[in-house]
Amino acid sequence: MLTYISIFITAVFVNNIILSQFLGICPFLGVSKKIDSAVGMGAAVTFVMLLSTIVTYLLQAYLLTPFGLGYMQTIVFILVIAALVQMLEIILKKVSPSLYQALGVFLPLITTNCAILGVAILVIQKDYSLVESVVYAVSTAIGFTLSLTLFAGIREQLQLNDIPKAMQGIPIALITAGLLALAFMGFSGVKIC
Amino acid sequence: MNKFKIILNGIITENPTFVLLLGMCPTLGTTSSAINGMSMGLATMFVLMCSNVVISCVKDFIPDKVRIPSFVVIIAAFVTVLQLCMQAYLPALYQSLGLFIPLIVVNCIILGRAEAFAAKNNPFDSLLDGIGIGLGFTIALTLLGAIRELLGTGRIFNLSIFPEEYGALAFVLAPGAFIALGLLIAFVNKLKTR
Amino acid sequence: MLNMVVVLTTITATVGAILGGVYKLTEAPIAQASARAQEEAIRVVAPDFDNNPIAESDTINSNGQEIVVYPATKNGTPVGAAVKASSRNGFNGEITIIVGFEQDGTIRQYRVLSHGETPGLGAKMEQWFRTDKNRQSILGKHPEKTNLTVSKDGGDIDAITASTITSRAFLEAVSNAYNAYMNKPIDAMSGSSTRTTPDTNDNEGDEVVDALSGSTTHTPNDTTTQCHNEEEVMQ
Repeated sequence: MLTYISIFITAVFVNNIILSQFLGICPFLGVSKKIDSAVGMGAAVTFVMLLSTIVTYLLQAYLLTPFGLGYMQTIVFILVIAALVQMLEIILKKVSPSLYQALGVFLPLITTNCAILGVAILVIQKDYSLVESVVYAVSTAIGFTLSLTLFAGIREQLQLNDIPKAMQGIPIALITAGLLALAFMGFSGVKIC
Repeated sequence: MNKFKIILNGIITENPTFVLLLGMCPTLGTTSSAINGMSMGLATMFVLMCSNVVISCVKDFIPDKVRIPSFVVIIAAFVTVLQLCMQAYLPALYQSLGLFIPLIVVNCIILGRAEAFAAKNNPFDSLLDGIGIGLGFTIALTLLGAIRELLGTGRIFNLSIFPEEYGALAFVLAPGAFIALGLLIAFVNKLKTR
Repeated sequence: MLNMVVVLTTITATVGAILGGVYKLTEAPIAQASARAQEEAIRVVAPDFDNNPIAESDTINSNGQEIVVYPATKNGTPVGAAVKASSRNGFNGEITIIVGFEQDGTIRQYRVLSHGETPGLGAKMEQWFRTDKNRQSILGKHPEKTNLTVSKDGGDIDAITASTITSRAFLEAVSNAYNAYMNKPIDAMSGSSTRTTPDTNDNEGDEVVDALSGSTTHTPNDTTTQCHNEEEVMQ
């Protein structure tokens, strides 16, 4: 149990996927102008990350490793993620139009979100068990949503400020992200067990 | 279109990092030193050139609906080739770039160029575009890496410029990456409006 | 529709075949590269040897951690060893190092094999602990005579500035390596060995029996013996 809590804390705060591992920066900068869309994106990422990690983990354990096809990892994983996102889009459209309304626009963006592929590869590299992988994927997604939402909150406030022309848009967003990363560095070294 | 212009376009007019603002993950994640930034840029350039040429060759045979998945498979193939070759011949570099090598697959620059350029132009022009954009990316990463290494440790390409004690370590760490890139883009914006 | 499936399948199959070929081509160089890296690390840290330490290596599993001992011999006499050990208590995950020991257990040299420590902070361990400055260096120290913990914990080694956690983990790995190297005879004697290649040396085992009974002082465990004696004196 302690292992799972430790994985959780580490993935959410200490090694935050965006602010210390630099994965998933594109949606972090692109979908962070409003808190609403940030939360939507976070939910979509959580969903896809969990599903894709489980599927890729099983594929790696029961197909790639036994048949010595480890070198096909990148191709298989990216195809699985792309297919999953497509399927999810179709299913959501049929089953729950309201959820599709909320998450639909973010789904196509997720295929090229390196956080998803990154987590799928990381759990294999870290030699996690299936349960640990699931905990890791969910915690990472929570960490992603957390920093995305925090960042969107700050950016909403930023719009009211008078910013030099050259700094407007991405530059000031990056500097704000830097300050947020600085704040998250306070968690570094925090450790359970 | 002038051949030379295609290359220059990638380096300056459509610089992937400073103008198109694409591929931010490796830009921030691998530039803790100038040499790492440059290696990552060159690795991406290799994949970009190969995928551009191949996609431009096969573009006529691919139905529109499966265009994106086909492109992704081709890109992923070259990434895997790169991965295997680096493991075999440059193991130390492969270790230091780590996860970011397989993640070249999801670098928006490569899929973006495949869509925007290679799918519409002949193989030779696509190769030039790959070289141009690749060089632009490499230059940006090397520059950012050099700035972070200098401010953080007082060195550039491991050459000591000033004593390490005067460096601000934060620039080597995560926050410095964001702040340095933010300031660099602001600087480029300023130059553009001149 | 059919067209789409055919195209996608063809592309994937072609790509798979090409990759299989590239994999076959690079398989040998990859194996060579990692073997070479390992051999180079052993050559750097271990005393001058003329045997094949990789072939004679011993894998010991203690507390779920894998420690590999590469024995070094010259003209048939053991001269020391290189030991690959790790610690999971690094600032950012596992730190794996390889430490070379002289025959008596004095630390000869080390290399960091893999780590996830922060560049500019914890990553300095690659140089720090072999720089002869203040009390940084662990080279030439004997783990029995030197307290291999950071000075903050009452030890004899200066931690890396602002990286105490990394320093602790590093020194823990060194201690693990030393214990694995030194406990070898005891482990062999007790028979509860978990190593993969048994190469029990009866003579060494006997020496330890002697050492524990306090009659000889030339084995690695002599410090334990001395402590034992001192306790007796105190009593």
